[in-house]
Amino acid sequence: MARKLEELQKQYNSASQQLKNMRGGRGPGGPGGMAMRQAGKPKDTAKTIARMLSYAKGYGGRFIGVLCCMLTTTLTSLIGSYFMAPIVDRLALAVNPNAEINMSVFERIADSVIQKILASTGHPSDAIMPYIAIACILLATVYLVGVATTYTQARLMLSISQNTIEKIRNDLFSKLQRLPVRYFDSHPTGEVMSRFTNDVDNIDMMINNSLTSLVSGIITLIGTFIFMVTTNWVLTIITIVFIPLFLLGGGAIAKRSRKYYAAQQAALGALNGYIEETVTGSKVVKVFNHEEICEEEFMLLNEDMRNKQFGANFWGGVMGPIMGNMSQISYAVTVGIGGIMMILGKLTPGGLTVFVTYTRQFSMPVNMIAQQMTTVFAALAGAERVFEVMDTPPETPDAENADPMSNMQGFVVMKDVTFGYVPDKIVLKNINLYAKPGQKIAFVGSTGAGKTTVTNLLNRFYDIEQGTITIDGVNIKDIKRDVLREKIAMVLQDTHLFTGTIMENIRYGRLDATDEEVIQAAKTASAHSFIMRLSDGYNTVIEGDGANLSQGQRQLLNIARAAISKAPILVLDEATSSVDTRTERHIEHGLARLMNERTTFIIAHRLSTVRNSNAIMVLEQGEIIERGDHDDLLAQKGRYYELYTGKRELA
Amino acid sequence: MKKWFKYVRPYLLYFILGPIGIIMEVVGEVIMPRLLAIVINNANAGTLTTGTSMGVMGLMILTALLMMAGGVAGSYFGTKASVNFAADVRKDVYANIQRFSFANIDKFSTGSLVTRMTNDVTQVQNFVNMLLRMTLRAPGMMIAALVMALILRPKLTTIFAVSMPLLLLSIGAIILRGHKFFRAMQAKVDGLNATVQENVTNVRVVKSFVREDYEIEKFGTANRNLKEAGMRAMKNMIMLSPVMTIFMNATVIAVIMFGGPIVVRGDMPVGDLSAFITYTTQILMSLMMITFMLMMSSRAMASANRIQEVLQEEPDINDRNAAYRDLTVQKGSVEFRNVTFRYYKTSEDAVLEKINLQIPQGATVGIIGSTGCGKTTLVSLIPRLYDVDEGAVFVDGVNVKNYTIENLRNGVGMVLQQNTLFSGSIAENLRWGDENATDEEMKQAAEYAQAAKFIESFKDGYETLLDQGGTNVSGGQKQRLCIARALLKKPKILILDDSTSAVDTATEAQIRKAFKEDLADSTKIIIAQRISSVEHADMIVVMDDGKITGIGTHDELLESNEEYREIYDSQMELRKKEG
Repeated sequence: MARKLEELQKQYNSASQQLKNMRGGRGPGGPGGMAMRQAGKPKDTAKTIARMLSYAKGYGGRFIGVLCCMLTTTLTSLIGSYFMAPIVDRLALAVNPNAEINMSVFERIADSVIQKILASTGHPSDAIMPYIAIACILLATVYLVGVATTYTQARLMLSISQNTIEKIRNDLFSKLQRLPVRYFDSHPTGEVMSRFTNDVDNIDMMINNSLTSLVSGIITLIGTFIFMVTTNWVLTIITIVFIPLFLLGGGAIAKRSRKYYAAQQAALGALNGYIEETVTGSKVVKVFNHEEICEEEFMLLNEDMRNKQFGANFWGGVMGPIMGNMSQISYAVTVGIGGIMMILGKLTPGGLTVFVTYTRQFSMPVNMIAQQMTTVFAALAGAERVFEVMDTPPETPDAENADPMSNMQGFVVMKDVTFGYVPDKIVLKNINLYAKPGQKIAFVGSTGAGKTTVTNLLNRFYDIEQGTITIDGVNIKDIKRDVLREKIAMVLQDTHLFTGTIMENIRYGRLDATDEEVIQAAKTASAHSFIMRLSDGYNTVIEGDGANLSQGQRQLLNIARAAISKAPILVLDEATSSVDTRTERHIEHGLARLMNERTTFIIAHRLSTVRNSNAIMVLEQGEIIERGDHDDLLAQKGRYYELYTGKRELA
Repeated sequence: MKKWFKYVRPYLLYFILGPIGIIMEVVGEVIMPRLLAIVINNANAGTLTTGTSMGVMGLMILTALLMMAGGVAGSYFGTKASVNFAADVRKDVYANIQRFSFANIDKFSTGSLVTRMTNDVTQVQNFVNMLLRMTLRAPGMMIAALVMALILRPKLTTIFAVSMPLLLLSIGAIILRGHKFFRAMQAKVDGLNATVQENVTNVRVVKSFVREDYEIEKFGTANRNLKEAGMRAMKNMIMLSPVMTIFMNATVIAVIMFGGPIVVRGDMPVGDLSAFITYTTQILMSLMMITFMLMMSSRAMASANRIQEVLQEEPDINDRNAAYRDLTVQKGSVEFRNVTFRYYKTSEDAVLEKINLQIPQGATVGIIGSTGCGKTTLVSLIPRLYDVDEGAVFVDGVNVKNYTIENLRNGVGMVLQQNTLFSGSIAENLRWGDENATDEEMKQAAEYAQAAKFIESFKDGYETLLDQGGTNVSGGQKQRLCIARALLKKPKILILDDSTSAVDTATEAQIRKAFKEDLADSTKIIIAQRISSVEHADMIVVMDDGKITGIGTHDELLESNEEYREIYDSQMELRKKEG
């Protein structure tokens, strides 16, 4: 039974939202690649700008250079246009010597410069061809200066922006490494990723393009205005009268376009969400003969998209022609009035030629500035979010007299430990336990009983508020955090590997390990034989998160990575859950050797894995409800016995 | 190109009207300087009157209004064309994916299919949109301006013969060079993002091994490399604007130098010279636009090809040769006869080699063996998720190829290893098995799969909404929902591919019990890791490296099959000790 459109929209819009959070990055594209960027308005613009500027510190000289270049560039382009006036007017005079030419201020200056050169080279003042030649040489010089400054400005700006962005990225990443694990619990990967991608990109774009466009736009605007006024103030007023009209028209269209755009994004989100899900799950679709229903539902979303997309694209696209041609009307009026002024002798033909060029130049920066403001606001909002991450408090620093624990034995004691991830929701209650060096302690219990939490407290991923944990009699809060973590080797439930060779991944456990030690560790973890079967052996590059290896193989690499570290404490959190039982049996000896020398905490789903432990803790809702070794617990005929004999379910 | 025309034809009118609107705008744009020239020339000749001025102004405003109309129409029809085009392409791509076999899907991978349907379609759509509104505009503009320039002064246009190719060459060279640099930069960007992603997801690993500084250093290097690659790319690109300006201005100066004498001779009015200069700018600007378009189009072409690949892909499993169109699966017996299968038809090692296996109706069969030995592949051949290379698979004595796919798959319920639940309520998900199932039937299926209890513990019961991918239920619960979904089909053959790995032993035993008592007639094929999952089966198949190494009951295999014994020992050591 195909669902209705509204239902689909509701479900898949939220689904695609989640997906975006999970994946991060740009989201599933769409013509709104731009809109997928989180826009929004900055909250405290002044503060953010000040902080951005602090990144540009040290580039003061270059900034001044950029500014000078910009001024020169704009000036040259204005002067370049202006040289046309004396050329046109002198040509007109040459053809019609009786014409009355009433030059404006700048035109007179340009004309007198050319005349002076003309005189100094020994030409008569009415020699029109040498006059034009000199004008052209001057024009070429002006243009060349303009080209040189344009390039210099771009080059300077490039080095400022790239260095600034590099620094922001480095700072952000360093900060990320110092944030507590807790931060990542409340911030999904996608969100953190979008700080690096969208937000930093926006800042980059702002520094690189918008900033220069904005400043040069303003300079051009002012410069053009001055030249226009000096050429003819009446025509200038006409041009200016049109500006509010532009803004009004532009604003009205932009408003509509935004409305349709939002609708399109919602439709796109739902459509892409649906595609993601049903194409990714297409094997299930086929097993259940569900193809027709999927097609029907897809059609609904696709048709909806068709309608919404039209509105958004049309209103977005119509902006250009309407605005552009509005400036054509202002151009037309300028020509008409200009004609009358020429008849009245208040304007030269050259002046009009130049003026209409300026009319066009004038409307350009107005549009551009309006456009760039959007980018600038998006970038500032992005910068604000980036700084927010940088301002998040890091893991509490070590106390000054923190114990470096150079010779840790691994005697772990937990006393009255009570803990909750959020204040009002207790996950662990009154946990007491001790583990002598070399002992094995196992945790058994349903999902959410708090097994993993216990180990998370041990290495201070989270700090406890109540109770104490000591290692060799020292409170873990008084041990240097880095040392503490280095002394606890962890094999985590989720098998996370890094892009790089297998050798590098195993060596992650101890950076100074030799190749032989790496191979030895791999043998201990029974990973050696499958590694040797890979095309490049230990030099095989693992892609992404080890996607080219099976889950079981990745777990073996995780074990090897832990095996190579010389930590006196070992935590195995569902370390062999995906390894098939035959292989598991093979690595048992290796694991046994590993555990022999270390205090080990084991969390396992398969009860067979924990039976050899010195003590088994049965956790339920954060409390240890039974403890003892395997035989004790079976004899107790309590929860463990029920679980073991299959009388009870482990959720 | 011809392949795309199919999507153009229904909207041909829009595809034609759009560019017409744009051309209207372009024509107006080249008429404007001509009108200005009238005023200037008259002024120079001293013949300008208020009437002429106002007349020209009126004409110009009219032209501007017509241009606006043309632009709006171009936008309207262009959007209509591109939006409909894209929607139709999407529809066809989706429909074709629905017809794909597993092998077709594997060939592309689902991730790539999603990208093709979303990003690539959007790329092509944007390109069509641009083509209709911009690409035609630039050449149109260039031609119109050239024509006007030719009318004004044919000889002066020879200047373009020199400057245009030079401009084209230098811009082309910069862009081509840039292409390489940008590709290198993109690779570095991807790499950097991957590093960040990895570090965020692996934060616990980094912290537990105290590798923060190591990672920061690694990132710093990657970041510096990215900066350098970015600098190289950008340094090249910032050449564009100066180079363009030089050519543009040089051409303008040349026009003045060569045009000046003509004016002085009285062969051309001054106004025409400034109009000519305007055309010069228009021509060179459009030329540049065309170059950019070409660059953009290469990206769109790549996307277009990727979409065509999906559209052209022939679903390799279909009903065409089904001999018995109305035959449905009645009993549920299965036979593999000399079956050989390879995923890659060129590879030497077969995934399954000469498999012979008979499964009677109603039997419970366990399949066990190490990872990668071909268990999943074997069962996938029953509902024809893949077709055999050699030999044949029979259901109820009929070759599976002789059923229609729909009838065959309706008779076979399969719980895949990568089980997927979809956005929607639990009830909606379960009803995938049978959309007409009554609430009672649905609850019954959930009961058998040991899912009823936890579903009812949810506040909204069967109406509980599942997130995409079912992330709001635990792994074990997800597996049980998937089993219930398959049970609702009331299949004659039920296949569970390692579908209870996250379900604890006790619950699994209850599911097994339900299967035995309530689904006695169905044939049940269970792939498992744990011996306990299969030990009570009527028949256990032990596989190794694409071959069956043993078939028999638990006791028989313990006697005769070394591999089975080894697996058993590893799992049952303790029980034996106690026993």
